[in-house]
Amino acid sequence: MENQAIIEAEGLTKKYGHQIAVNNLNLQIREGEVFGFLGPNGAGKTTTLLMFLGLTEPTSGKVRVIGFDPTRDPFHVKEKVGYLPENVGFYDDMDARQNLQFIARLNRIPDKISAGRIDESLKVVDLLEETKKKVGTYSKGMRQRLGIAEVLIKEPELIFLDEPTIGLDPDGTNRMLDLIHSLSREKNITIFLSSHLLDQVQRICDRVGIMIKGDLVAIGAIQELAEKKLGIDKEHYTLEEIYMKYFKEA
Amino acid sequence: MFTIFRKEMEDHFSSIRFLLISALIIMVGVIIASMVGMGIQEESRGMAKPTFLFLWLFTSTGKLFSFVQFIGFFGPLIGIFLGFDSVNRERVSRTLSKLLSQPIYRDSVINAKFLASVAIIAIVLVGIVLIISGLGIRLIGVVPGSEEVLRLVVYLITSILYISFWLGISILFSVVFRSTATSALASLAVWIFFSFFVGLGAGVMADAVAPISQSETNVDPNVVLKHAEVQKTVSLFSPMTLYNDATTTILDPTRKTTRSLVLMGPMERLSLSRFQNPLPLLQSLIIIAPYLISIVATSFLCFGVCYLVFMRQEIRAV
Repeated sequence: MENQAIIEAEGLTKKYGHQIAVNNLNLQIREGEVFGFLGPNGAGKTTTLLMFLGLTEPTSGKVRVIGFDPTRDPFHVKEKVGYLPENVGFYDDMDARQNLQFIARLNRIPDKISAGRIDESLKVVDLLEETKKKVGTYSKGMRQRLGIAEVLIKEPELIFLDEPTIGLDPDGTNRMLDLIHSLSREKNITIFLSSHLLDQVQRICDRVGIMIKGDLVAIGAIQELAEKKLGIDKEHYTLEEIYMKYFKEA
Repeated sequence: MFTIFRKEMEDHFSSIRFLLISALIIMVGVIIASMVGMGIQEESRGMAKPTFLFLWLFTSTGKLFSFVQFIGFFGPLIGIFLGFDSVNRERVSRTLSKLLSQPIYRDSVINAKFLASVAIIAIVLVGIVLIISGLGIRLIGVVPGSEEVLRLVVYLITSILYISFWLGISILFSVVFRSTATSALASLAVWIFFSFFVGLGAGVMADAVAPISQSETNVDPNVVLKHAEVQKTVSLFSPMTLYNDATTTILDPTRKTTRSLVLMGPMERLSLSRFQNPLPLLQSLIIIAPYLISIVATSFLCFGVCYLVFMRQEIRAV
């Protein structure tokens, strides 16, 4: 794994009025890793993602994503960074290809090139047979996979996934996790996913960060955290045990 | 930006809403035009046709109302219908945050949405004016002269700007309110306020400032003047009054002023009675210039506010 940082945050803070959503976040994400961003609902995970994308301005602190400052230069960041929001929406009266083509055009990809890329990404997410249907008729799992296909259109270096498996059935969840895993291994895309479904994160993430009430309370490989929090002697730890320990302390 | 513009146009063209609006306008327009056209045909039979007869098609009220009045009253609804859910629909369907995470500038979203709707308005209006003109040529057998065509062009531009003002209002509400129903109702409320209550309010204000008692036989002319002045000033706050005054003047060359008789000075009345000829286009334009400028200014102001609010708004996923 390379050690170059693809995201660097220093003292990143976001306040909404008096409420602190993200407090003094320091974080480095290395190129090529799968990073799990954990925390209860309302811990500031989505706000952090939005700041990384330049969709929300930080109150203070510095952040660099793929070498650009997303506040000053959101354009370059968005060109190379894919974002799948929680419960992503589509234009329901268009079919999958039309949706993807719209996104491709917004990314200034010529139609000749995008046609191939659309087929390729639909194949990756296993939706090639469903392209004739309107997206409005898709199941939740299909929509979520279409969201991944949409992100892949711009051939990103880094993908932000906000709760990618929430609301999916077990089969859908497994397909999604396998898909994320293969993107990381086969296309060497850095993946930053936020979630509170711990067993899933444990399956695919190289490192995790735990955020509680705006503070990043822990960061590191799961094994490191287990050694630190639970003692080395324990062989079969789960991320849940570690997480609950941090959660109770906070 | 062109991509969004194109998609918005496609959306409009394929929406039932657009079909309904254009069907309604075309239907009403054709009915008015044929009624007025037949009326003119009857009246002008066997006599020399007056100049600018062609423009009567648009300004003559016939039995109901004229086409110009119809657009003045109904035009705002077109603007509101096209814009009231343009931004918050994307918010509700959760496509806005996705859209904004693409490499586009944020303002191109709002610009494209606004321009696409303006283009639709222009297409509908130009279409209906052409249809009415065609009908009119057949019915009254008069071909418009170049000045009449120019006057119609000015009328069209004014109408597009006027409807764009309402479009701006409704897009503004769609940025401010999260729910499409709220923004639709808010836009309608503004429309009702300007179309009915400003007119009523103008009368009330005028009565309060310069009351004219009904019982007295000798009313002080200064009070009458003041009454009329106040009423006019207040009613000019409504873009509808601005639009109606401007368009009836531009389409009717015999109208030499937008003021009522009470408000004219003695010299103005004298000159009006002396010179019966229609005004040249340039003079009509000079009369309505302040109106046109006000309509342009309010449209731009409205879009400007809308733009600012949208650019500063937080984009939360939920």
